Amino acid sequence: MIPEVGHFALIIALCIALIQVTVPLWGAWRGNLAAMSLAPRLALGQLLFVGFSFACLALSFLQDDFSVQVVANNSNSLLPPIYKFSALWGNHEGSLLLWVLILSLWSSAVALCSRQLPLPVLARVLAVMGGVAVGFLSFSLFTSNPFARLLPGTPADGSDLNPLLQDPGLIIHPPLLYMGYVGFSVAFAFAIAALLGGRLDASWARWSRPWTNVAWAFLSLGIMLGSWWAYYELGWGGWWFWDPVENASFMPWLAGTALVHSLAVTEKRGLFKSWTVLLAIFAFSLSLLGTFLVRSGVLTSVHAFATDPERGLFILIFLAIVVGGSLVLYALRAPAVSSRVSFQWVSRESLLLVNNVVFLVATLTVLFGTLFPLIVDALGLGKVSVGPPYFNAVFVPLMALLAPFMGLGPVSRWKQDSTARWRTQLWGAALAAVICGVTLPLLQAPYNIWVALAVLLAAWLAVGLGRDLWLRVRSGNTLAAGLRRLTPSYLGMLLAHLGFAACILGVVVTSQYTVEHDLKMRPGDMRAVAGYEFHFDELAPVRGPNFVADEARFTVTRDGREVARLAPQKRRYLASGQVMTEAAIDPGLFRDLFVAMGEPVGAEGAWAIRLHYKPMVRWMWLGAILMALGAFTTLFDRRYRRQRRALPAAPEVLARGV
Amino acid sequence: MHPVRRQRLLLVLFVVVFSSAAIGLVVYGLRGNINLFFPPAQVVAGEAPVGQPIRVGGMVVDGSIERSAEDLSVRFRLTDYSGEVPVVYTGILPDLFGEGQGAVASGVLNDNGVLEATEVLAKHDENYMPPEVAEALEQSGYDHSGVPK
Repeated sequence: MIPEVGHFALIIALCIALIQVTVPLWGAWRGNLAAMSLAPRLALGQLLFVGFSFACLALSFLQDDFSVQVVANNSNSLLPPIYKFSALWGNHEGSLLLWVLILSLWSSAVALCSRQLPLPVLARVLAVMGGVAVGFLSFSLFTSNPFARLLPGTPADGSDLNPLLQDPGLIIHPPLLYMGYVGFSVAFAFAIAALLGGRLDASWARWSRPWTNVAWAFLSLGIMLGSWWAYYELGWGGWWFWDPVENASFMPWLAGTALVHSLAVTEKRGLFKSWTVLLAIFAFSLSLLGTFLVRSGVLTSVHAFATDPERGLFILIFLAIVVGGSLVLYALRAPAVSSRVSFQWVSRESLLLVNNVVFLVATLTVLFGTLFPLIVDALGLGKVSVGPPYFNAVFVPLMALLAPFMGLGPVSRWKQDSTARWRTQLWGAALAAVICGVTLPLLQAPYNIWVALAVLLAAWLAVGLGRDLWLRVRSGNTLAAGLRRLTPSYLGMLLAHLGFAACILGVVVTSQYTVEHDLKMRPGDMRAVAGYEFHFDELAPVRGPNFVADEARFTVTRDGREVARLAPQKRRYLASGQVMTEAAIDPGLFRDLFVAMGEPVGAEGAWAIRLHYKPMVRWMWLGAILMALGAFTTLFDRRYRRQRRALPAAPEVLARGV
Repeated sequence: MHPVRRQRLLLVLFVVVFSSAAIGLVVYGLRGNINLFFPPAQVVAGEAPVGQPIRVGGMVVDGSIERSAEDLSVRFRLTDYSGEVPVVYTGILPDLFGEGQGAVASGVLNDNGVLEATEVLAKHDENYMPPEVAEALEQSGYDHSGVPK
């Protein structure tokens, strides 16, 4: 009964979404206040029904209702309850429902927090989001119904959640990632609304900016969690594979980074207007493309679920409508919103322009590398794959090119600056960066030129920002007064840029200094890796709630002192019989020690063992967290808060409108 | 020239120079980093290049996995039921690698027709099959689990 109710609620949600896309849009066109003010209520109503439907599916999972197909295929009565819940989005149908739920959450958030928006703008924004919801709700209902039953033929027990997904990281990775993906639909909706209304000014950028920052922050966290999960769960210590599906989440992030920066220019200086709109369309289109790549199974990827061509076709058509429609609209309306303001070449605007060009080119090269196999296959030239060497060769120089300009950006002035001022401002930072770059890599022999370069760039960013912060704080009478003068926008930028510096360091140091040994070890053996002695003490069988495992117990010592005890496992899950590696990691700010089991080798109880020493691997995840924190911090800026204070007045306005 | 127009011109020049540099990088990156996929039948027929990185995918032949007792080297054979390619690999195999399962090995073919693999990928859940392997099996008239049609 519960699944049918959930299914019905989802159908009602689709009907609401259909009204949400048509009525407010008509209202905004004809100036009908009643029709326009219906939009926020419809958005909330849609959330109510989608949320209800989601709760029904969650209940089916928690109650082990194996007559529901997705429950039977992805859950098991032995599964711990928290994984029964997260199994909901460990499959195609359920993850799509999660997508729709998050979309309606975003719509409702816009409806609730943007009452200070002019009503026609709000109506248009919500109508566009309603349109996206129509697409995804019909995708869910017509091609991948999560509530389909297995009647008759209900299995006695479910075939279990893929063991790789039975992990805390996977409970939160998909929701965070979707918050980011879907969050760009808000920026998209604002862009389309601006094109429809023909009005695009600084206040438009001010409305759109906080939403974009939040979406970008969630996407950063989601990608970071995915990378972290791959590192400890896939059992071989890799953290980024340039897998098509990773790229699918990374491309909207890159385009989103460009968008975040170009919105700053649009808000502060009224420049790059039509460019910003185009980026917003681009970022959301890449989110949709990502969905297509993940869900259609056209590319070989660790993320592809068993797939169905009909679904791929549906998303492809939807993608064509969204991209084609918005580009046509853009072509028709962009001249009306474009700006004619000029700026000097030595200014913050041009540095932000460099940012935009670099990120856009980076997005396009990743897009090209990801789609290249599809293009070649479509031309009948064979089946190729484009591996990490391509992406590294293209992406790393681009980011290295970005960093020097990135150090200049925050200390530059809008409109016009002078190279003389740059010199006086930054010669100290440049000197400090060079000294750090030359000396710090000496701590680890042999001297590594790439690490030296990374330290140089990171120090250039960090020292420049530190000096700027110091100057700003000092300009107040007291330290406290100086600190109060810092706006949340500035602090957010500071955090995010420091995060980027941390990422540079983490990625390069790990890539260069990691020591990896795959070897054969027997209980009692000892191997030394990078100054750490790994003692294989014993091998023991263990039993978990839904698996049995062999556990290898290691003691790690350094100079005779115990550093860590590590116990990697080789698990066999009872329901599916699937075998999985559970790595053991001793984490640290400056180094991780990583042990994972391969398979038994030979007859004397020996195993293939992976021993890794990974210096500073956590810095890139830390960097991503800093970036996300920075983006969240910008929300507290007074110019956005002032809008919120205007909120209580809104209902009266609405009431008068009706 | 009008300052706005001059600025546009410089902007366009900048974008052109920058994108050519990027395209140069792309071409450089693609050269030698594209791995063509070959079904075992084509490898046996001698259509795959020797000494160049390629990928070969198919089902792991039952009873073909031989592990060395000394180190981590493994030999096995991949088949699409019309040809078999021997593969050697040193290292730790993925969890879902096994006899009668689909796998893709990337590496270099040596003069004896043995693929010296540097990477072996297996499917990641029971229902999934790499699309190339699925198509290779399709071409030799087998379905995804290796059952003749």
